[in-house]
Amino acid sequence: MKRLLSTLSCLALLAALPATASEIWVTNEHDDTISVIDIDTLEVVRTIETGERPRGITFSKDYSVVYVCASDSDTVQVIDPETGEILHDLPSGEDPEQFVLHPDNRHLYIANEDDAITTVVDTVERKVIAQIDVGIEPEGMAVSPDGKIAITTSETTNMAHWIDTETHQLFANTLVDARPRHAEFAKEGSELWVSSEIGGTVTVFAVADQAPLAKISFEIKGVHQDNIQPVGFEFSEDGKTAFVALGPSNHVAAVNTETYEVEDYILVGRRVWHMAFSPDHTMLFTTNGVSGDVTVIDVASRTPVKTIKVGRFPWGAAVRP
Amino acid sequence: MPLKTLVFWLGLVGVCAGGPAASETAITITYLKQEVERPPVLSNLDAIPEDEGWRGAEIGLQDNATTGKFLGQTWSLQERIVPVGGDLLAAGRESAAQTRFLIIDAPREGLLALADLAELEDALLFNVAAEEPDLRDEACRANVLHTAASLTMRSDALMQFLAQRRWSDLAMVTGPHASDMAFAEALRGSARKFGLKIKGEKEWRFDANMRRAASAEVPLFTQELPDHDVLLAADEIGDFARYLPYNTWDPVLLAGSEGLRPLGWSHVMEQWGAVQLQNRFEDHAGRNMRSKDYAAWAALRALGEAVTRTASDDPSVLRAYMLSDEFELAAFKGRPLSFRSWNGQLRQPIPVVHPGAVVAVAPLEGFLHPTSELDTLGLDAPQSRCTAFSE
Repeated sequence: MKRLLSTLSCLALLAALPATASEIWVTNEHDDTISVIDIDTLEVVRTIETGERPRGITFSKDYSVVYVCASDSDTVQVIDPETGEILHDLPSGEDPEQFVLHPDNRHLYIANEDDAITTVVDTVERKVIAQIDVGIEPEGMAVSPDGKIAITTSETTNMAHWIDTETHQLFANTLVDARPRHAEFAKEGSELWVSSEIGGTVTVFAVADQAPLAKISFEIKGVHQDNIQPVGFEFSEDGKTAFVALGPSNHVAAVNTETYEVEDYILVGRRVWHMAFSPDHTMLFTTNGVSGDVTVIDVASRTPVKTIKVGRFPWGAAVRP
Repeated sequence: MPLKTLVFWLGLVGVCAGGPAASETAITITYLKQEVERPPVLSNLDAIPEDEGWRGAEIGLQDNATTGKFLGQTWSLQERIVPVGGDLLAAGRESAAQTRFLIIDAPREGLLALADLAELEDALLFNVAAEEPDLRDEACRANVLHTAASLTMRSDALMQFLAQRRWSDLAMVTGPHASDMAFAEALRGSARKFGLKIKGEKEWRFDANMRRAASAEVPLFTQELPDHDVLLAADEIGDFARYLPYNTWDPVLLAGSEGLRPLGWSHVMEQWGAVQLQNRFEDHAGRNMRSKDYAAWAALRALGEAVTRTASDDPSVLRAYMLSDEFELAAFKGRPLSFRSWNGQLRQPIPVVHPGAVVAVAPLEGFLHPTSELDTLGLDAPQSRCTAFSE
C-alpha cells in the first residue's frame, strides 16, 4: 500500500510538470550560446547564453544539470536545464575543451587543451582532486563503463593516454595516427575507439592489453583524401553501427562495428564535428561547424532529413530526454 | 660565439605500452644561425625580431619532449649564432661533432656551403630561412629538407587567389634588392602559370623619406602604369611598400609584399586548432608567431614525428621515413603535411592574408592535381631538375 501511494505521488508530481519534449543541446563555439532543439518540431526553441567559447557539453546522469566547457572562460559551467540559468562554475584548469562524466555521476575528467593536463573535478565538492600530465593539446575524453579507466587523447602528441581512475596515474600510452580528436569505449568496455583527424583513420584498441585491433580508413568519391578528417563519433543503440563525423568532407560514415567496414556515407553540413542521438535512437543530430547548422539524420534509412540553423560554429551536442 | 642550450630531460614518467619507440633515444639538435646585415628601411615600425625562428624551434622542442617523455625519448636543442662576417663553416664543423640534426637559419649561399661540408654529408639539415626556388631545383642537396615555403609556393598561392577572383590585370612595383627581384621573378612565373597578366612594371627608385613624401610621389609614380585591378609590390625587405596603399593613382588593391600577402605562417591563422599553437607560442615568446618560427617549429615536429614512428635516431632512416608516403605531419593548416620525395620540400598550404584576417588558404578549390592538390604550389615533380633525391 505504501508503495502504491509513493507511486501515485510520483505520478502526480510528473503530471504537475509541463509536458516537455526531448531536446538536443548544441554549443555554439563562436556565439557563446547553446541552441536548444525541440526533437518533435525540429526547431530551435531556446538560446541560452554561456561563458566564452563553449565546446564540450554533457548532462548529469539524472539530467538535473548540464555541464558546459566554457573554454576561453577557463571554467566548466553548471546550468539548470529547466531555466537555462548558470548555477555555478566549476574549477576546471585552463582552457577546458572536452570532458566526460564518470559513471559515479560525480567526477568530471576534463582535457585542458593549452596546458597538456587532464583535470579531475569533484562536482559535489567543486574541487580539483587531481591533475594528470598528458601529451600536448589533450582533447578526446572517455571513461570505461565500469569507471576504472579514463582516456585522454592528445592532438599533437598523437596518443591515447590510459588513466587508472583509482590512482590517477597513467598506465599506458598508445600511439595513434595524427591529431586524435575523440575517444569512446565500445562493446561493454572491451574496445576503445580513437579518431585521428589528420591521419584520416579510426583506431580500435582491445582494452585488455591496449593492443590495436583494427584501423578504419575512409574513402569518399569526389572528395580528396586530405579532407576526410574523422572527429566525433557515436554508436547506435544496438552497438552494431558507429557513426563517424568526417569533418570538412561534409559526410558522416556508418561503420559496421563487427567487420570494421564502412557501409555508408551520409551527406551533412559543412565541417561536421560531433553528434547526439534522439532518446529513442531513431534520429541523429550532427553539428556542422562551418555551415552553422545541425543535420538531422534518419538512422534507419541513413539519410539526412532536415537542416536546422543554429549559432555560429556549432561544436558539441547532447540529448536531454 | 654565443651558445644557448636548452635541454629537456624528461624521464619515463608513464609506463609505456603499444608504442614502437619504448627504448631510450636521445636526440640533440643544433640551431645554426648566420646573422645577416639588413639594408636600412624607410620605417622601423615593424622590426624583425632577433629571435625569429629560434623561438619556433623551442616550441617544437617542447612539443617533442612532451611526447618523448611517454616513449623514453630525450630531446635537447642548442643555438649557435654566427655573427655577420663570422665563420659559418667552422660553426658547421663544430656542430657536426655534436649532432646529426641541424636547423639552418642562413641565406642561400651559407646553406649550400654547409650542405656541402664533408662533415655534414650524412647529417640532416632543415632549411627554415632560404626561400630561393633553385634550392628546391637544380641546386638541391640530398641532406637538406626545406620546411620554409619557397618563393614560388608563395607566389603560386597568391596567383591562385587572384585567378579565382578573376582579378587578372596586374601591375608590379619592384624594389632594388636581390630578395625583391627574386620575389618579382616568382610572381611573374606564377602569373604566367595561372593565366594572369602583369601589364606593366616599375622599379622603385625614390630615395626621399616616404613618411613625408608618399602622398605626393606615389600617385604620379603609379599613374604611368597601365590599367590594373591589383598592384603587386615586390618589397621583401619591407622598405617602401607600406607607403603604397591609398596613395596609388587608381583605387586599386595591393598584394605581394604588402596588403594581401602569401605567407608560410601568420598570426591571423585561427582555424584548424591554430589558435592553440599561436597561444603556446605567444606565451613562450611574448610576440606573434612568424613564418620562420613556423618553419623551425615544423622542422622540429617533423623530426619528432619521424623519431616516434621509426623508433630510430639514425638520420638516414629518419630521412627515408620523412620522404616516404607513410609520413604525415599535423601542423595546423587543415590537412596533413608531407615532404616532396623529389626535392625535400615540405608540402604545405599557404595562407593568403591581410593584416587582420586570413583571406584564403591555397591550394584553392578548382586547382587540381593528379596526386596532391598541394603540389599545385611551387615546383612540381615533372619540372624539377633536382637529381640529388633520385639516388
